[in-house]
Amino acid sequence: MTTINIFQKVGPFAENKDEARKIRINEIVPKLEKGEDVILNFKNIEAATQSFIHALISDLIRKYGDDLLDKISFQSCNENVKKIIMIVTDYMQESD
Amino acid sequence: MKIYLPNSAFIGNIDPFLKKLDFTNKEHLEISANKSWIAVHPVVLSMVAALGLQTKPENVKCEKLTAKSAHYLQRMGLYKFLGIQSDVNIEEHEPAGRFIPLSQIKNSTELSHFIKEMIPLLHLQPNQVDPIRYVVSELVRNVIEHAASQSGAIVSAQYYKKSNRIAIGIVDTGLGIKKTINQSHTASTHLEAIRLALIPGITGTTKKEGGTEYNAGAGLFFIKTIAKVNHDFFMIYSGNAMYKLLKSGTTKLFADPFKDKHSISDNLPKWTGTVVGIDISLSETREFSKLLDAIRETYSSAVKERKQARFKKPKFI
Repeated sequence: MTTINIFQKVGPFAENKDEARKIRINEIVPKLEKGEDVILNFKNIEAATQSFIHALISDLIRKYGDDLLDKISFQSCNENVKKIIMIVTDYMQESD
Repeated sequence: MKIYLPNSAFIGNIDPFLKKLDFTNKEHLEISANKSWIAVHPVVLSMVAALGLQTKPENVKCEKLTAKSAHYLQRMGLYKFLGIQSDVNIEEHEPAGRFIPLSQIKNSTELSHFIKEMIPLLHLQPNQVDPIRYVVSELVRNVIEHAASQSGAIVSAQYYKKSNRIAIGIVDTGLGIKKTINQSHTASTHLEAIRLALIPGITGTTKKEGGTEYNAGAGLFFIKTIAKVNHDFFMIYSGNAMYKLLKSGTTKLFADPFKDKHSISDNLPKWTGTVVGIDISLSETREFSKLLDAIRETYSSAVKERKQARFKKPKFI
């Protein structure tokens, strides 16, 4: 089990998609490929944009299907961040 | 090119200003203004600045502005953008107020820095910060990623004490929405392209539902929704077309922007690039979390409807 601290990488407003992509490719994917579960820790993140969350997890849902949501957990999210994550996971699971 | 700054041009009454724009002779820029008063939305200033960046300073001609409020243009940094000397006489010192002067943002790092710097300038309460930085981040990222604009995004904002709202203008002189959306969809007019761009889940980067790993096609829908639920104005102008979300009593969300109370124009002078203006009321700002609930529901239905529309139909013979 690996925990990734999002605040340490992007600060309190998670909006930089380039950083989201880097976290996904360089940190999340290698762990998932090894069969490890991943915790994304959103402690101290005040807000996140839909674009950031999309760049962080949408391709993982496309690649691993909804099983991804068994392997990845979202920790210490405030209410708004939780809702943005739910919007993205909803539309990605409803997509082809 | 010729621009006339009227005594009043805000989103609600911006149409006459846009109709008067003259984009012939792209090498030269002539600016004139109302003699007694100039009061314009930041989106107007962002447009003038964006055109100024495309013009050599020696080809910019700005008539002597006599309006009492002309110092506002200087305060917002317009002359600096145009590369010309201001001849506005500031007779009395005005407090700085709450505003973000004209700023040029060309890449992701500059945007992150800008957002960090922007919030203290507007003196917002913690609960007012979310929609403002959300709007700026998503709109400027759209420009950086899709517009292919050499001069990036030109941003400015102003707080109006009387109405307790923040007006934001974000402008680029890049590809425009039609060219961007037509990379994956078919829009025969600028207006249709704007309509598609506002529908959640439609992006110029792919036809695939859910978007690409990098784009979902949701940014503009979120922005329009923030304006809609707070009964604020929102406008988007690209090519010869403008879509304007009008204030309405309802907060019901629609995936199709043409179902919202709106006005359209499709015979405006052709703007090469995209212009977005939005007003955000601070006194009526609906709780951001409730807004997200409504977005989730509408977004989800829109995806389901599009998916159903592609289902093969049984043949009954």
